[in-house]
Amino acid sequence: MSKILRVNMTTQKVNIEEVPEKYLALGGRGLTSQIILDEVPADCHPLGPNNKLVIAPGLLSGTSAPSSGRLSVGGKSPLTGTIKEANAGGITSQKLANLGIKAIIVEGKPSKGTYVLRVTADNVELIPADDLAGKGTYELTAVLRERYNKKAGVICIGPAGEMRMLSAGVANNDSEGNSSRYAGRGGLGAVMGSKGLKAIVVESDKTFDAPVQDKERFKAAAKKFADILLKHPVTGEGLPSYGTNVLMNIINEAGTLPTRNFRTGRFDRAAEVSGEKLAEVAVARGGKATHTCHPGCVIRCSNVYPLPDGTVCAPVEYETAWSFGPNLEISDLDVIAKLNYICNDVGLDTIETGCTLGVLMEAGVLPFGDGQAAIKALEEVGKGTPLGRIIGAGAAVAGKVYGVTRVPVVKGQGIPAYDPRACKGNGVTYATSTMGADHTAGYAVTANILKVGGFVEPTKEDGQIELSRNLQVATAAIDATGLCLFVAFAVLDNPEGLPTIVEMLNAQYGTDLTVDDVVALGQQILKNEREFNTKAGFTKADDRLPEFFYNEELAPHNTKFELKDELDEVYNF
Amino acid sequence: MAMQVELRVFATLRKYLPDHPLDRGVVVTVEPGTTVGQLITKAGVPLEKVKIVMVNNRHADLDQQLVDGDRVAVFPPVAGG
Ligand code: SF4
Repeated sequence: MSKILRVNMTTQKVNIEEVPEKYLALGGRGLTSQIILDEVPADCHPLGPNNKLVIAPGLLSGTSAPSSGRLSVGGKSPLTGTIKEANAGGITSQKLANLGIKAIIVEGKPSKGTYVLRVTADNVELIPADDLAGKGTYELTAVLRERYNKKAGVICIGPAGEMRMLSAGVANNDSEGNSSRYAGRGGLGAVMGSKGLKAIVVESDKTFDAPVQDKERFKAAAKKFADILLKHPVTGEGLPSYGTNVLMNIINEAGTLPTRNFRTGRFDRAAEVSGEKLAEVAVARGGKATHTCHPGCVIRCSNVYPLPDGTVCAPVEYETAWSFGPNLEISDLDVIAKLNYICNDVGLDTIETGCTLGVLMEAGVLPFGDGQAAIKALEEVGKGTPLGRIIGAGAAVAGKVYGVTRVPVVKGQGIPAYDPRACKGNGVTYATSTMGADHTAGYAVTANILKVGGFVEPTKEDGQIELSRNLQVATAAIDATGLCLFVAFAVLDNPEGLPTIVEMLNAQYGTDLTVDDVVALGQQILKNEREFNTKAGFTKADDRLPEFFYNEELAPHNTKFELKDELDEVYNF
Repeated sequence: MAMQVELRVFATLRKYLPDHPLDRGVVVTVEPGTTVGQLITKAGVPLEKVKIVMVNNRHADLDQQLVDGDRVAVFPPVAGG
């Protein structure tokens, strides 16, 4: 029977609850956002006792559905003040699903102390763990796996989360124990830290055995879905060969690679930090160009990048290579991997941290292009010095502290690796997403740049609102299933894609869902999230990009972002 | 008058131009009227492997005619996020 674990940090009691009827058909982001809307007062302080951290595996997680082991982590974001769902890979989602756990709700706040929640097939226990306070995530994960179970999935925070820094993320580990799979965005690590919860250790020796009603039917659908993924050139060949950082060159060639804190759209040394280069170096040093974040992923977009000093950063993703690379005018992959590693260990979101360093460079606190200065500054975070705390507080705060006007954020969250002036569909998503600036919320790069799911000219306004709307709805639904969003590249191009996902859901849950129901689910999730944000005080005035995108042209296309009032049409459904 | 254009190929297409340095394009001399598709074929890259072509930072069709000094970037299907 599936259940909900309710962990009260004020009393340090854990309750095991039955799943209410209303939540049975929900999972992943669908469930985290619904629980937050139902239980968290929208006006609460994100770091106070009334906020909750909600963790949920997706609907298909823990089955043999390919690439379905994604985990949703939700709460009210201390970075944006909005509702938040951050989505991570790693091995915990499958384990939770195999333990029959639909969600973990962490609420309240202890007067003091550090705790670890240990979840096994027959026991749930909150264990005092003051000895683990202050530990980096890599060591922490290793210690906990040694202490409790060598194959455990560990959801944890680093010192940044304990210090309640606004861009602290929640880490998960891959099969090898690297704590590098982040539910990174929006500061949910600080929420976990505010509750004194250092880690959740999840133990299950099962990976693919979550209950499925019609096993034969499910198996056939899962196989068909794997074929769809493997036959598509992107998910079957492109992503496995070079990982997500294969984007570096194409986004640069498209003139929409934010460079020098969003000053231009091209970086003349982009190739040096691209996926092609990364694969070459990784393989030469004994790492891997292809790797999975969880068992059963057929897309395998990750990589293993060994640093010259012997530490390993796995993976280096495109967004991170951009945020510490072109964004800071740094063209040394080793510097980028080092910054990535420090973020993983101290527990910070790499996109936000890169945006913040960009703002600090803009302010003259650090020189653009100076990798060693960036590393030195980032090392301040773990020490909790004033500079370290400014870096951990994100780009918006850093901009205010130093009086910078060129601050690339929406609703307080840093803008990722596609400039909204030359990839306008993504600009619409950044402006209107319920999450603050988030590329994954409606990844219009597909049709704007990659010619996946059609083509919409990236530098023009036409069609962008509709493109972003459709993608935001579809993404919300995918995020509820536990499927990796990267399945979308194949699904968008194959009419069999979505029906096959629906077929897997129906076979697993004995439901009669149609494709239309899945679209309705996506819409409902967005409506729930909007409702929370409205109650939290957000209005359409918040659904806009920063002023400089409307006023300054971006080379080489010399375009500005022109959409304003039209943005309000995104939620016309 | 022959023209010169700069050609870059990326990702899995790099195997067709193994000597192509990643950080610089190769300069190719072509006759006026040459199309993007003809350039790619001449360089030895099979057209059926090509998904996206950009000329001077804009998406281009295979039948677009090249102009002296064009920067041409050729990609197989790629994605990420
Ligand atoms: S495609 Fe990449 S991120 Fe997605 S599940 Fe597979 S390895 Fe993880």
